[in-house]
Amino acid sequence: MTKGKVIGVNGNMISVRVDGEVALNEVGYVALGDKKLKSEVIRIQGDRAEMQVFEMTGGIGINEEVEFSGELLAVSVGPGLLGKVYDGLQNPLPELAERLGFFLDRGVYLEALESEQKWKFTPKVAVGDSVRQGDTVGTVPEGIFDHRVMVPFNFLGEYTVDWVADEGEYTVHEKVATVTDAKGGKHDLTMVFEWPVKRPIKVYSERLRPEEQMVTKVRLIDTFIPVALGGTYCIPGPFGAGKTVLQQITSRNAEVDIVIVAACGERAGEVVETLREFPELTDPRTGRTLMERTVIICNTSSMPVAAREASVYTAVTIAEYYRQMGLNVLLLADSTSRWAQAMREMSGRLEEIPGEEAFPAYLESVIAAFYERAGRVRLHDGNIGSVTIGGTVSPAGGNFEEPVTQATLKVVGAFHGLSRERSDARKYPAIDPLDSWSKYEGSVDYDATEYARDIVFRGNEVDQMMKVVGEEGTSLEDYVLYLKGEFVDSVYMQQNAFDEIDRSVSVERQRHIFAILMKILVTKFSVESKEEARHYFNELRQKFLDYNGTEWMSDDFKSLENELEQQISERASGADEHGEKLLKSLTTEHSNA
Amino acid sequence: MRKVYSKIQAISGNVITVTASGVRYGELAVVSSRHGESLAEVIRLSEEQVALQVFTGGRGISTGDEVRFLGHPMQISFSDNLLGRIFDGSGRPRDNGPALEENMIEIGGPSVNPSKRIIPRNMIRTNIPMIDLFNTLVESQKLPIFSVSGEPYNQLLARIAMQAEVDMIILGGIGLKYDDYLFFRDALEEGGAMSRTIFFVHTASDPIVESLLVPDVSLAVAERFALKGKKVLVLLTDMTNFADSMKEIAITMEQVPSNRGYPGDLYSQLAARYEKAVDFEGAGSITTLAATTMPGDDVTHPVPDNTGYITEGQYYLRGGRIEPFGSLSRLKQLVNDKTRPDHRALMDGMIKLYAAYKESLEKKSMGFRMADWDNKLLKYGEMFEEQMMDLSVNITLEEALERGWEILADCFEASETGLRTELLKQYWPRQEETA
Ligand SMILES: Nc1ncnc2c1ncn2[C@@H]1O[C@H](COP(=O)(O)OP(=O)(O)OP(=O)(O)O)[C@@H](O)[C@H]1O
Ligand SMILES: [Mg+2]
Repeated sequence: MTKGKVIGVNGNMISVRVDGEVALNEVGYVALGDKKLKSEVIRIQGDRAEMQVFEMTGGIGINEEVEFSGELLAVSVGPGLLGKVYDGLQNPLPELAERLGFFLDRGVYLEALESEQKWKFTPKVAVGDSVRQGDTVGTVPEGIFDHRVMVPFNFLGEYTVDWVADEGEYTVHEKVATVTDAKGGKHDLTMVFEWPVKRPIKVYSERLRPEEQMVTKVRLIDTFIPVALGGTYCIPGPFGAGKTVLQQITSRNAEVDIVIVAACGERAGEVVETLREFPELTDPRTGRTLMERTVIICNTSSMPVAAREASVYTAVTIAEYYRQMGLNVLLLADSTSRWAQAMREMSGRLEEIPGEEAFPAYLESVIAAFYERAGRVRLHDGNIGSVTIGGTVSPAGGNFEEPVTQATLKVVGAFHGLSRERSDARKYPAIDPLDSWSKYEGSVDYDATEYARDIVFRGNEVDQMMKVVGEEGTSLEDYVLYLKGEFVDSVYMQQNAFDEIDRSVSVERQRHIFAILMKILVTKFSVESKEEARHYFNELRQKFLDYNGTEWMSDDFKSLENELEQQISERASGADEHGEKLLKSLTTEHSNA
Repeated sequence: MRKVYSKIQAISGNVITVTASGVRYGELAVVSSRHGESLAEVIRLSEEQVALQVFTGGRGISTGDEVRFLGHPMQISFSDNLLGRIFDGSGRPRDNGPALEENMIEIGGPSVNPSKRIIPRNMIRTNIPMIDLFNTLVESQKLPIFSVSGEPYNQLLARIAMQAEVDMIILGGIGLKYDDYLFFRDALEEGGAMSRTIFFVHTASDPIVESLLVPDVSLAVAERFALKGKKVLVLLTDMTNFADSMKEIAITMEQVPSNRGYPGDLYSQLAARYEKAVDFEGAGSITTLAATTMPGDDVTHPVPDNTGYITEGQYYLRGGRIEPFGSLSRLKQLVNDKTRPDHRALMDGMIKLYAAYKESLEKKSMGFRMADWDNKLLKYGEMFEEQMMDLSVNITLEEALERGWEILADCFEASETGLRTELLKQYWPRQEETA
């Protein structure tokens, strides 16, 4: 193996003189007393390599030994990933805590998967079968899933099964099959193998269009700016606008098989909520705890910056791995800006020519390549799996005209922009309903949602106008339009994340109450004055909010719905024709469903 | 015996370079010059070239001065003897007490394993309604006061420190004006809190580099006390000075600045300090309150901006009042469901109405006719500012909740508040109206 000696230390970067071959992204270990600190090669010039150290560098001296591993930075994949809490390099944090106590001491690296645990293996191939990369050799039950033990993804070409283990209990490191390659070379397979994090897993027959909705149970998102399975979306917003809360709600409620939470350079305290609560919360879809469908990658802001850069890749690699099992995986990364900043820090130490705001010139292509790893794919066996990526962005000064937001907007399929104005006014989720967009299809007819959105838009225009000409200079008709716009916002777009019922609304319920909302929007009301109109809408709003707080199809729900209908018909005098047509198609769709 | 180097090759700002071997990153050295001795810290190694930042600054250092490496990084003495004492940024006494040298501990230690953290659960009562009711402070929270110079942020810090139920207070002064330092000292003394307080004070006239040590020294000591079971409140004022010192060093080291001259790692540097706030299961805790002054009253300035992205909320202090907009305690929802059932709803409802008041106020200032609704809001806004926002208000959370309902009932009909009917039924002071 190649060795080297430290010749420079600058923050978390060391310069090393090497005595042999090294590869870009190769892992090496720098000696510090009796410890060895994990590092990655990030630049090579002649016999000089620059490495980022995944630990604090205090105490490293000149001439310290560096050993290279010959391996690229990789993660271990196999059964037992679900429910785990890892740092950015797949070091299991609870196990580290057992060993080290409160603090993260340097240079301790534990196995990512438990080596003692036995898994019940059922073979899926027979001796003589021909297999290739990604094919299922056998399965083991992991929580609610049949975890596929696959031919490692770096096995190129055809292989013949030579031997396969009988049904039985095995650890991840025990041999479960032997395969022979075209040249007669024999390879033992276990349940676990390594995959380099910066290389996308592309073991599938084709990439499909992301056309199936990923339900988040957030009304504003599902109805107006939906996300698709295998799609990408971003949540930029100033600090405190609600990015993390939105992702936390999504990690609980999203209708997907597996959620990978990547806490990237943000507060440790935020992960703790997930970490402590998920084991206790049941997933209504499966009846098991949420933790059983979750993997947490946690490299929070005070943890070493280089490992932060790696953490999003660790997360997406694990997501891709489970996609190979025909599952729908959602990766939530909070915040991609911290990842970009980690790149910026290293780029600065490498003294690369800086781009805008000192971000490296390759920022855009790196962000694009990351989101490209999302996608819905048809696997070799015909099954379909997906990786959906949602990333928050934390723009400096809350201004979206900055490199990370702009680079992200170029590549994602939906944009959920949070606004300071809305969060200040406690209008949660503080997604700006007018600026945000989505290229995906949602659960409610697009024309109808656009009709509603248009009312919000025009109502907002009236509001702006009123600020100039005053209420007295506004016609009653416009004023009602304004009230309708506000109404859509306050009873439908806003949603209380801390209310037991309101926090997650099924698509079924969304369709149902959207029809009632539409009815209010298309109806022309007989009101004499603005005062009267305001009063009427206040009462309507009150009723609707109460209605939102009741359990779906409960008696309260039904009776409040009746009262609402009554309240509407009391004042109704005609309707907008176009809107009524849309409403009709909504309700027929609805009764057909 | 460690080697002494007597050839300083470069002096630039507060950074000197010497040729030396066997030196480690982060190690301390003593630089002896005609003006006395100063500590210095290794901040870059390149072959035999060692760059150090000199705590008392580069001024007056000559190329012939001696540099002696100590073989260990920055340390501070830790024991109960610290209590009641006043030190400077490098831990030298500022009072007339003895220097402390026993039980030296390293500063800037590793971070807490996230999986060992627990969900914060204890409210810290301050009897300030804008905090207790609207943005509850929680044990182990990290939270800055965003303000501008001239505002009474140090007074607010001192008041919270005295009223909060904590075991001890550590005050880290960074570029603190001498008067403010005396203010803290006197306030804590008068309040009888001095014996459970430790000061690490860097004043505006002290050397810049020393200010960089204050947060780390304060937090390292806080961490040890917390591990021994103490609830520690750390006050850091003013963190903008800390960031500015970092900027200065970064520029000297010719780092590419990212935003208005600040180094690209400003976020990580601030986070490393703020993230020290913690609640150790089975032991004590660290709660951190900081002052962050906003240059030009601009919250998008890199220091408050990066801070906001790190801390668990912020209090905006403007015009001597904690502003409801922008102010935020992100941990409040962890505790305000256990106080009183109406706490959350009242908190949200009153702020929404206050926002509407601001709109009416704007309309009024533009000379528009005020509708009935506007007049109600105007009345509400004034009552809210006088009876809730004013910092002289000193009432318990429960009293503040009662007062909130009274204000609402004085100004509005129940259905105009946007609050749910069941709550109104229970709490609306004029029950006949909710029927
Ligand atoms: N949907 C919501 N409902 C109620 N309150 C919310 C909601 N979203 C956010 N909040 C409030 O706003 C606070 C800040 O939200 P959050 O932590 O998600 O912000 P953020 O955008 O992630 O900020 P940062 O960029 O600093 O991490 C929360 O602690 C909570 O008090
Ligand atoms: Mg966040």
